[in-house]
Amino acid sequence: MSTIPTQWSRVRRYLPAQQQLNNWLKQSFVSATGVAVFVLLWHILASQIITSLGSFPGPVQAAQQWSVLIAEHKAEKARETAFYQRQQQRNAATLAANPDAVVSVRPYNGRPTFFSQIVTSLYTVLTGFVLASLVAIPAGIVIGLSPRLYSAFNPLIQLFKPVSPLAWLPLVTILVSALYQSDTPLFARSFLVSVFTVSLCSLWPTLLNTIVGVSNISPDLQNVSRVLQLNWLTHVRRIVLPSAVPMIFTGLRLSLGIAWMVLIAAEMLAQNPGLGKFVWDEFQNGSSDSLSRICVAVLVIGLIGYALDRLMLQLQQRVNWDKSATLR
Amino acid sequence: MPKSHLELSQLGISFPTPKGAFVALQNVNLDIAKGEFISLIGHSGCGKSTVLNLVAGLLQASSGGVILNQKEINAPGPERAVVFQNHSLLPWLSVYQNVELAVKQVFRSQKTKQEMRDWIEHNLALVQMSHARDKRPAEISGGMKQRVGIARALAMQPQVLLMDEPFGALDALTRAHLQDSLMEIQARLNNTVIMITHDVDEAVLLSDRIVMMTNGPAATIGEVLQIELPRPRNRIALADCPTYNHYRHQVLSFLYEKQRKVEVLPNAGSIKATAVAKTAEKRA
Repeated sequence: MSTIPTQWSRVRRYLPAQQQLNNWLKQSFVSATGVAVFVLLWHILASQIITSLGSFPGPVQAAQQWSVLIAEHKAEKARETAFYQRQQQRNAATLAANPDAVVSVRPYNGRPTFFSQIVTSLYTVLTGFVLASLVAIPAGIVIGLSPRLYSAFNPLIQLFKPVSPLAWLPLVTILVSALYQSDTPLFARSFLVSVFTVSLCSLWPTLLNTIVGVSNISPDLQNVSRVLQLNWLTHVRRIVLPSAVPMIFTGLRLSLGIAWMVLIAAEMLAQNPGLGKFVWDEFQNGSSDSLSRICVAVLVIGLIGYALDRLMLQLQQRVNWDKSATLR
Repeated sequence: MPKSHLELSQLGISFPTPKGAFVALQNVNLDIAKGEFISLIGHSGCGKSTVLNLVAGLLQASSGGVILNQKEINAPGPERAVVFQNHSLLPWLSVYQNVELAVKQVFRSQKTKQEMRDWIEHNLALVQMSHARDKRPAEISGGMKQRVGIARALAMQPQVLLMDEPFGALDALTRAHLQDSLMEIQARLNNTVIMITHDVDEAVLLSDRIVMMTNGPAATIGEVLQIELPRPRNRIALADCPTYNHYRHQVLSFLYEKQRKVEVLPNAGSIKATAVAKTAEKRA
């Protein structure tokens, strides 16, 4: 949090609206130029690279595949609607002939489209992230409040923090198969494997930042708490948690970023029907359009990651008591 | 003197260092009556804050102890409210909520919700902060924050009010204004107050007794000056009062002649040595 942007935002408050608009236009123009240069370079360089699947796709091919993916999604949706319609008509006809007949409603088992895979990925990453936060924040508070616990846990944290998701995945897969055995599973195993791998890899930044935030409470505020004889729970709720909120959110944002990155790898290997599986399937597929589709997936993955970060930022601004803090 | 209300007896504290125990404070003896206003004055590093923290229970004495109403103090508690030097308000709570936190903690089982609300409003009114009750500490000035700090301490209805340089960080005009408010409130509520200050005028104007401390290490009480000026006191009238100026002179002479602070300069070893010798002479 540097001081210059803070001062700049203070200055900007007093600028006339016209000038604000001009500034905004200027900034947008610069950003747009950056993007345009990138697209141009991509276009020029891509056509020069010849791969085993033809020339490397440029922005034009990617855009084409984007419309193809949308068309596929629409077609699939139409098929689904038609399927349910047919089924309903059939059931209605059966019931008309024999009112006592037992009719069943069967679900549609179509191929997941690119967009339904996005939804699966988002659902998986958020489950993993929420699970990680539910472990990391309380654990961080307890560990941060006690120097002894910190000394006990610090080596473990440092040991597990840098472990790659690819190393965790086989262990998680085996553990899930061993421990989650049910005839009517509530969740698919591939989903659970992805969720746990995401959690294991993404909980560390939140844990560490919570520990640091909690252990750096101003001694003055701790004295206030002691003079008031606040009990442990009130102390945590009224003093510790609010003063650690900025650090906790810094951790959460880092964690969500990591969770999203890890998810793609986890889905590839766990075969969870999400974006990672999409990329993997396209790669295995190896048709001439595959590379273009992977390019689309890469851009979409990036955009979603960016959107998730912005969402966290919004949440942070809403929750943070220090409204003057510049968050970026 | 009335029956002792708060007693500091043979109070001392030392901190372990690799070179052996460092004695910061020793042999502090003081009897304080109920409703008395005591100022602690002395150079920086002489252990004034240590005395205050010992009475607050935030530090543990190595020798002697603090006795409040025949009971020894060994932990902090709301009956000894502290007004901290840098206000120490919780930045995420509004002015009202800051006072509320203290009131809820102290009067949870004694007051109804409505009574607590009235009591918070009453204390904010006492320091003239009712108009800013919903503001956050970051939105009000330093003087206002300090007033809220005082309101929070007063709202605990403490037997002893401990103030660590409460007005040190304020400009002269705000400080004068708050000193007047404090005198007025203390006259009304008759709290026992121990206040640390660096300001000689403040000490003479507010106190019943000024406790002057010698320089550390092993700091202790050097002199105690009884201020027998009639209350209510008026700073303008006192400015020309010879008794007032006499008290002022006594404190100044203690601070700048008897306990002259020797700043350690890298190449001033010899000067320091003479000054120390002089101080030793004076003490003897």
